[in-house]
Amino acid sequence: MAIKVVERRPLSLAERTYLPQILAGLKVTWDNMMRPAVTLQYPEERPTIPNGYRGVPTLVRDPNGREKCVSCQLCEFVCPPKAIRITPGEIAPTAANAHVEKAPQEFEINMLRCIYCGLCQEVCPEEAIWLQSQYSMTGTNREMMVNNKAKLYELGGTLPDSHYKWDRKKAEAERQAESGH
Amino acid sequence: MVTDNKPSLVTLNVDGVEHQVPAGANLVDALAKIGKEVPHYCYHPKLPVAGNCRMCLVELGSPLRDRATNELVLENGKPKIGWQPKPAIACATTVSPGLHVRLESPGVKACREGVTEMLLLNHPLDCPICDQAGECKLQEYSAEYGRGASRYVDEKNAKPKHTRLGPRVTLDDERCILCSRCVRFTAEIAKDPVLGFVNRGSYNTLTCFPGRELANNYSLNTVDICPVGALTSTDFRFKMRVWFLKQTASIDTESSAGANTTVWSREGKIYRITPRQNDAVNDTWMADSGRELFKAVDAPNRITRATVKTSAVTLDAALTAAAEVLAAGPLAIVGSAHASVEEQRVLAHLAKQKGAKVYIPAHRGAGDGLLVSEDRSPNFRGALVTGLTDHAADTDLKALAADIEAGKVKSVLIIREDVTACGLPASTLAKVRSVVLATHHDVTTAAAEIVLPVLSVFERSGTFVNCQFRLQAFAQAVPGPAGVLPDLLVLAKLAGADATSIWSDLAANVPALAGLNGALLPAGGVQLDGAAWSAVPFPEGKLLKFAPVAQA
Repeated sequence: MAIKVVERRPLSLAERTYLPQILAGLKVTWDNMMRPAVTLQYPEERPTIPNGYRGVPTLVRDPNGREKCVSCQLCEFVCPPKAIRITPGEIAPTAANAHVEKAPQEFEINMLRCIYCGLCQEVCPEEAIWLQSQYSMTGTNREMMVNNKAKLYELGGTLPDSHYKWDRKKAEAERQAESGH
Repeated sequence: MVTDNKPSLVTLNVDGVEHQVPAGANLVDALAKIGKEVPHYCYHPKLPVAGNCRMCLVELGSPLRDRATNELVLENGKPKIGWQPKPAIACATTVSPGLHVRLESPGVKACREGVTEMLLLNHPLDCPICDQAGECKLQEYSAEYGRGASRYVDEKNAKPKHTRLGPRVTLDDERCILCSRCVRFTAEIAKDPVLGFVNRGSYNTLTCFPGRELANNYSLNTVDICPVGALTSTDFRFKMRVWFLKQTASIDTESSAGANTTVWSREGKIYRITPRQNDAVNDTWMADSGRELFKAVDAPNRITRATVKTSAVTLDAALTAAAEVLAAGPLAIVGSAHASVEEQRVLAHLAKQKGAKVYIPAHRGAGDGLLVSEDRSPNFRGALVTGLTDHAADTDLKALAADIEAGKVKSVLIIREDVTACGLPASTLAKVRSVVLATHHDVTTAAAEIVLPVLSVFERSGTFVNCQFRLQAFAQAVPGPAGVLPDLLVLAKLAGADATSIWSDLAANVPALAGLNGALLPAGGVQLDGAAWSAVPFPEGKLLKFAPVAQA
C-alpha cells in the first residue's frame, strides 16, 4: 500500500499562545450567563399548554352537567391501539337525562396503550371526548394507568356547548305534546 | 303445459346490457341475482309485496310493435323501446321477455333522492344511540342515494321513543319509516295479527291492537326484518354495536326443525342469535325461544372441572377413572339426541365394543307448526343415521331402571341427559357406577360417580340431522371454559377411537352419508335419504318446510 505523507502546517503565534481559543470559549460561556433562564423548575413550575394540544383523552359534561357520551362506541372502533373499552348501558327512565336513553355504564381508556392520536375526539358525534391539556400520567402499577369513567369525567370537567341538541330535542317534544300531538 | 325442471330464462335489458334471468322472478330478486342492487325497504322476498316505500322505483320499457303489422318498430336498425312515462316500483314487477330497465338514469336517481329526503324529514338521525346503526338500510341508502344535506327547516315530529310492544320487542316510533314489513309478518307468517298503523300523515304510527301485545314466539323476527332501528330487541338493546360482533353459522338446538342461525359474538361473549336464511328449512325466520339459548353458556351451574365422587380432579385422571368404570361390568349407555352426528358415531362404536344397550330419552313438547317441532332435540335423526339406535326415542328410562334394580347393569354412561327427569331416580343411579358427560350441574351430575365437563353447541363444531333428514353443520362461535374438551374428543378417548377420521368412517360405512364430509358441507346443508327409516314413528307434525310422512 502506498503511503501518502501529509504535511502538517506549522501553528501560528496566536495558535501557539492558545489565548484566542480560550477567549472564544469564555464568550460562549458569558453569552449564556447573560441569557434569560429557559429551564422550568418542574414540577413546581408548569409550561403553558398551547391551544389544540393533544393531552390525555377525557370525557366532558355540558354546562348543564349532562354527561355528553352516549356510548356509541365509535371511539372504541376507531382507536388504533385499542386503548378504549366501553360497556354501553341504558339510562334509567327516572333520570333527568332519560330522553338521551343511552350512556356508558363503564368507560375505560388504557393510558399504557393510548398514543394520543386524537382520532377519538375527531370521530365523536357528541363532542364528548376531548384531548385536553393534561399531559402527565403516572402510576405505580398497570391498573392505575387505566382511566375509568369516574376518573375521565374528573379529568374532563365541563366544556362549553354550542348545540345543546338533546335539550332542544326534549323541549321540542314537550312543546309538541302540549299542543296535542 | 310443458314442464321441465330447468327454470326457463328470459332476457332482461338493464341499462343497455342484456342479462338472462329466471322467468317469473320478481324484478328486485332477478336484478339481485345478476349483481344489481335495487334499493328497497318494504319489499322482503318472504313477505307479500306491499309497494309502499317507493324506494325501488325504476324506469321500465319494452320494444315497440307496429299495431297494424305487429312488426318490431326499428330505429337506426335496432328495436325502438317504448319507455313508460312514469317510473314503476321494481318489487311489484315480474320479469317478462324483452323487458328494459333503467337503474341509473337521471330520473331514477331523482326518484331515490326524493324518497330518501322524504323518509328523512322526520327521522331523528340518532344513529349514535341507535342499535340498527351498521345494519340499517336507511343509513346505507342515505349515504348512497341521498342528497347529503337537508332542506327541511321546520321542527321534526316528536314521537314516543320507548314503546313496549311486547315482552321482547321495544318500538322507537321516530325511526319508523312505515314499511309495514312487521305488520305483514305478524299477519302472514306468525298468523298473530296484532300490529297496525294508526293516525294519518306525519303522525302515522305503528301500534298494537287495543288490549293485545306482540307476544308470540316469533316476535323477534319483526326486529330482524325492520329495515331501520324502529323495532328493537329488548334483550339486545344498547348492549353492543353490531360492527364489533363476529358472525358464526350455527343451528337452533331447541327442536328437530333445525332452524339455521347466526351467532353474534365478541371476544368470547355471545350477544345475540339471529336466523340465517335457508329456504329449505326456515326461510329467514326463527323462534324467539331459540334466541335465548346462548344464556346457558355463562350460567352459574356450568361445569368447568372434571369430578370423581364430587372432588375435582384433572381431566386425564377423570378419563382414566371413567375407562375403569366402563370396563367394570355390563354397561348401559344413555345416548343423546343433543349430541352431534360425529359424537353419536363414536358412541355407537363404543356401544358395540362394550356390547352395551343404548337408550335415547325423548324430549317432547307442543309443536307450533312453524319452526318449533314436537321433538325438542336437534339430532334424533342423527342417532338413526349413525346407527346409535334403530327405533324411536325412549319416552322414559324405566326399562333401564328395572335392569339396574335387577342387577343386570353394573355401569352407566350418560351423555348430556338429565336421566332423573326421564324416570331413572337418583337413588337407582347411585346403585351403579356411572360416568356423565354434561355441560351443567343437575340432579344427575350430583348423583354420578364421575362427571366429565363438555362443551355447548356454541363452543364446539359438528353436524346435526334435522327432521327433514337434512345434514347441517354448526361451527364454534366462542371458546369454551379453559381446559374443557369437546364431547367428540372425550368420547374418542373413552372409546379409544380416532376423532379425526370419523368422517372417513361415516362416508365409507353409512350409506346415507356416502361421500360426505361434515367439515365441508355447503351453507344450506345436504338433504339425506331418510327412506330407510320411514317405519320409525316420528312425533313431528307439519312445520314451515316439513310435512310428516303418513304412517301406514
